[in-house]
Amino acid sequence: MADKNDKLLKEVGSSDYKYGFYTDIEMDQAPRGLTEDTIRFISAKKNEPEFMLEFRLRAFRHWKTLKEPEWAHVEYPPIDYQDLIYYSAPRKKPKYESLDEVDPELLETFEKLGIPLEEQKMLAGVAVDAVMDSVSVGSTFKETLAEHGIIFCSFSEALQKHPDLIKKYMGTVIPYTDNFFSALNSAVFSDGSFVYIPRGVRCPLELSTYFRINAANTGQFERTLIVAEEGSYVSYMEGCTAPIRDENQLHAAIVEIIAHKDAEVKYSTVQNWWPGDKQGKGGVYNFVSKRGICEGENSRISWTQVETGSAITWKYPSLILKGDNSSGEFYSVAVTNNRQQADTGTKMIHLGKNTRSTIISKGISGGESNNSYRGLVKTSKNAVNSRNFSQCDSLLLGDMCGAHTFPYLDVGNKSSIVEHEATTSKISEDQLFYCLQRGIDMEGAIGLIVNGYAKEVLSKLPMEFAVEAQKLLSISLEGSVG
Amino acid sequence: MLSIRNLSVSIGGKPIIKKLSLEVREGEVHAIMGPNGSGKSTLASVIAGRDRFDVDEGEIEYMGQNLFKMPAEMRAREGIFLGFQYPVEIPGVSMANFMRTAINEKRKYLGLDPLSGAEFLKLMEEKKKIVDIQSKLTKRSVNEGFSGGEKKKNEIFQMALLEPRLAILDETDSGLDIDALKVVANGVNKLRRKDNATVVITHYQRLLDYIIPDFVHVLFDGKIIKSGGKELAYELEEKGYEWVKKEAASNQ
Repeated sequence: MADKNDKLLKEVGSSDYKYGFYTDIEMDQAPRGLTEDTIRFISAKKNEPEFMLEFRLRAFRHWKTLKEPEWAHVEYPPIDYQDLIYYSAPRKKPKYESLDEVDPELLETFEKLGIPLEEQKMLAGVAVDAVMDSVSVGSTFKETLAEHGIIFCSFSEALQKHPDLIKKYMGTVIPYTDNFFSALNSAVFSDGSFVYIPRGVRCPLELSTYFRINAANTGQFERTLIVAEEGSYVSYMEGCTAPIRDENQLHAAIVEIIAHKDAEVKYSTVQNWWPGDKQGKGGVYNFVSKRGICEGENSRISWTQVETGSAITWKYPSLILKGDNSSGEFYSVAVTNNRQQADTGTKMIHLGKNTRSTIISKGISGGESNNSYRGLVKTSKNAVNSRNFSQCDSLLLGDMCGAHTFPYLDVGNKSSIVEHEATTSKISEDQLFYCLQRGIDMEGAIGLIVNGYAKEVLSKLPMEFAVEAQKLLSISLEGSVG
Repeated sequence: MLSIRNLSVSIGGKPIIKKLSLEVREGEVHAIMGPNGSGKSTLASVIAGRDRFDVDEGEIEYMGQNLFKMPAEMRAREGIFLGFQYPVEIPGVSMANFMRTAINEKRKYLGLDPLSGAEFLKLMEEKKKIVDIQSKLTKRSVNEGFSGGEKKKNEIFQMALLEPRLAILDETDSGLDIDALKVVANGVNKLRRKDNATVVITHYQRLLDYIIPDFVHVLFDGKIIKSGGKELAYELEEKGYEWVKKEAASNQ
């Protein structure tokens, strides 16, 4: 392995030279803007194998031919992609043996975010791989996982240690040609997580990763790849918070999940990035591509998401149900307040026989926000006896906000059954007054009612996440009813 | 405790309460009776702080404070409880969670520490006995799927937990069979103390067989047209409202 690494390092070193590009090792940020040099800088910074650099460059060249999509029900000023910084690392990045060696300032920030690494290690039994500004600063429970042959590490580390797996699976679910933002991510992705569950292994821990955007004006491009081999199981959680920012921050992540025969993957996320102030100034643009493939028979993937943050959310965690009898689920709560905009939903592509999918989407809008559900359910000619059930509910918390539903159904054979239910309701004055009369103030009342409304989805989250998500919903809706 | 003076209330320009005055003191039980549409429920809502009504004139003083200066949740925390005629459903919110939130909001307001989960459960078990409420009911969502009787019992159960100074029960007897009526009345009687007061709004004399009022008021067309002791309720039952209406008309 060590030899291999050395070889890779040499390769990278020589390729730098080949392109006449020099890396300033003291430099923690890529120069502003996006060129092939930027990409080489990132790749070199991370000592990546040659194939990775080539992949990035191909993606970049393709990206240059694309135009930013405009079909989503969101509005924002044009992004100047040449005015962003595509890579930034916290100062130095030694391999820590223990938390004691981690920069106390970083730990303090995690503390403020309510992510006590130490406690989580001790109490929750959760292996945490905390990603801060693109570079992994701490990994835990590696040993327990290693005993089972499970790989859970940063994407960069995986590129060094398991390049074959990355090469085999990366871009197979979401190719860089998929869309504008997936091409961008593929070109410049900074770091992320890699999970590999070997055949027949049931992952004994909930795997979680916390992301955070820290440096001002730095795009964050995470990349997550989860591979579940035959008969394996894993529950993966991802959550994030961000501090107040003046400038818009672009975030374009990619998450790919592959479930082989009889494998099950549960992916849960709570997203709470800075949504901008009440006038809609600042805030994160979250343009994410998430897709899973149920590759083998009887495989199963579920997405559960609680979206409360970001100025703009553009996100459709989707599933390709390829294996016969495979099943997929999408549970979502999306909250928008003030001037937030969310266009989110899912795609369920039924290819295999007897495939099943369930979609439960709960949109909540307050203030002057806009909340759209956009979903596609497609059953192919071969997907006989496939079934889908979709339920899309919208809750309005005022009369300045908007809720929209864009369901697309494409049924390709006669034996498929596709059901779609949708409701739109307003939080009722009677409910609010009932709470007020019991001494619960307006904010508390909205928090209670909204959490009750979203319970069906929240109950799908792992326990510790559910509690966090409940608090988040209440906080997100402060001042949502005039 | 509660002084209503010369109160006039309208909704969308339509007068509902007209120059009404009422005095409720500690330890008293008042019954307000009257035909449909006489303004009984509006009066209850205005006291509780519902903001869809316009108060055109008059004042309400509660424990020496101007009630109109207090938002609804403050009135609740200061001890005003409204038993709703039509309790609403709040899907997904368990009764236990709802009441624990309510109690802890009140405790916070009073400068007390919040009740822990265990303390709250203990309190809940204790109070359940008062209204003979089933355990599983508190695990269910607020009023969701409750029968009419369960909803009304649930209102009294909440009252027992919140221990109000002034309870206003708006047609708590409507839709109850005789057994449920007894349970509800019994709950109210058990909660009766020297330092609290109850205003029972009802349509029928029936409830007053079980909750014995100190005063009975007849509300008609937004005005109290007759007040008396508990015997007035029996008279009303016997002679109907027409009798009082005529009497009031001849007095004018």
